[in-house]
Amino acid sequence: MKKTEVSIAGVTFKNPVMTASGTFGSGMEYSEFVDLNRLGAVVTKGVASTPWPGNPTPRIAEVYGGMLNAIGLQNPGIDVFLQRDLPFLAQYDTRVIVNVCGKTMEEYVAVVERLGESRADLLEINVSCPNVKEGAIAFGQNADALYAITAEIKKKARQPVVMKLSPNVTDITEMARAAEAAGADAISLINTLTGMKIDIQRRTFALANKTGGLSGPAIRPIAVRMVYQCAQAVKIPIIGMGGITCGDDAVEFLMAGATAVGVGAASFSNPCAAAEVLDGIEDYMERNNVEDIHEIIGCVH
Amino acid sequence: MKQKRKAVCRVLSQTEMAPGIFDMQIETDLGAQALAGQFVMVYPKAESTLLPRPISICEAEDTKLRIVYRVAGKGTEEFSGYGPGDQIALMGPLGNGFPLLEADGKRAVLLGGGIGIPPLLQLAKSLPGRQTILAGYRDHRLFLKEDLEKAGDFYAATEDGSAGIRGNVLDALKEYRPDAEILYACGPMPMLRAVKAYAQEREIPAYLSLEERMACGVGACLGCVCTTVKRDGHSHVNNARICTEGPVFEAGEVDI
Repeated sequence: MKKTEVSIAGVTFKNPVMTASGTFGSGMEYSEFVDLNRLGAVVTKGVASTPWPGNPTPRIAEVYGGMLNAIGLQNPGIDVFLQRDLPFLAQYDTRVIVNVCGKTMEEYVAVVERLGESRADLLEINVSCPNVKEGAIAFGQNADALYAITAEIKKKARQPVVMKLSPNVTDITEMARAAEAAGADAISLINTLTGMKIDIQRRTFALANKTGGLSGPAIRPIAVRMVYQCAQAVKIPIIGMGGITCGDDAVEFLMAGATAVGVGAASFSNPCAAAEVLDGIEDYMERNNVEDIHEIIGCVH
Repeated sequence: MKQKRKAVCRVLSQTEMAPGIFDMQIETDLGAQALAGQFVMVYPKAESTLLPRPISICEAEDTKLRIVYRVAGKGTEEFSGYGPGDQIALMGPLGNGFPLLEADGKRAVLLGGGIGIPPLLQLAKSLPGRQTILAGYRDHRLFLKEDLEKAGDFYAATEDGSAGIRGNVLDALKEYRPDAEILYACGPMPMLRAVKAYAQEREIPAYLSLEERMACGVGACLGCVCTTVKRDGHSHVNNARICTEGPVFEAGEVDI
């Protein structure tokens, strides 16, 4: 039996395969396709202190090798999340990472505090969504702002804190260092890249929000590069994601220095993608006589 | 029994019924339990295409599924090239479908516009008795006409006046004035808005099948929402997922 267990901030995961926030709801919908017990963790869609309606439609546009989305963090709010979504996930033998969003520092902190008594294993702080006007990415594109919000959340959080970084910056290592310096227990990257598609027949934007976040295989080389750069820059663990569709893709991220990986848009093209990524990693380990996943984590540098 | 699943199936036949409108028969039991108005996600094979395409079910039997769709982009272009024996990946059946019990003891009128016409066939076959079907086409190529004539009293409108009355399906509704007690409609948004207004004026129920860009098709991504009049039970905002709570909504429930 190959060893796939990994640990982040003292929390152990049976394997490094997680879902990427926003692509998997709270697991309920995809549980008909993926045995959630197999996953290292389910990472839930961003939740705020109150329900958010999100952006107007169209919110989705396909592009070559990927997609743009501008959902705008629609979510039912922390009350419903605690009453409905977390208890659903409690039925499964998997870790739960709760993604937290907000418009202001106070809103982030309010959600973090509400989650303090919950069964959430880790908190992932969304400071990188490109589709909302206030909060989110405003905290993630400036190292001082990122430091401040990370430090504030660390003061209040009962669970380890993962800061989810935006690739829409000049130097992602500067953000990684700021998060680490402020006490973040881990970082996850990358969130989507801001993009645009124009509908040439209608002579307007394909998305009602004009811009959207680019995800899917098209962004994978950028994500691998940024994971690698951050792995060289900080000591805290990294959860890597961006265009992972199969085990081999995930192995790239692990070799670049990620301790765990997130499967995102791939679930849309293949509802069983998360489980198949795990199969693929195990298959890679088998084919290459890797006994312990740690043999390949960060092996390329 | 109605649980959705994904399966690789086999194309039985495909014909082009009108320019850009394709009629595909697929060998599968995926639709065995499907309700009229539900849809399937069809997965393109090209690696440049990430997302499945939502396509309404035209007819569903125990071992056969029929979709009639319009080529609108890269994915449907690819599907249109499939022939007998080719593999096709589907997930379904998805969505809620048209409510049938609401038509009990009422005279139902079915309204279809363009590529919104195909799901009316399964609906007409599922409703008891014979319904009035009004369909709006671009021109005289009245795809599915023969099938719909078997299922109900069929009237067409065409934009260019080359068959039926000139105009759209709302013009046909006003021309033929069927004594409707309940409406079922599928078609472009301006048509659905007009159907809603028509139904509200006459104080009769209308069930509208909506369409939106989708990514997952199963309710996880929140890409395909529509604005609802009341707070939605799942989302806790005035938004419902077209793929899951829909695609069919009572006209008064949605702000379109």
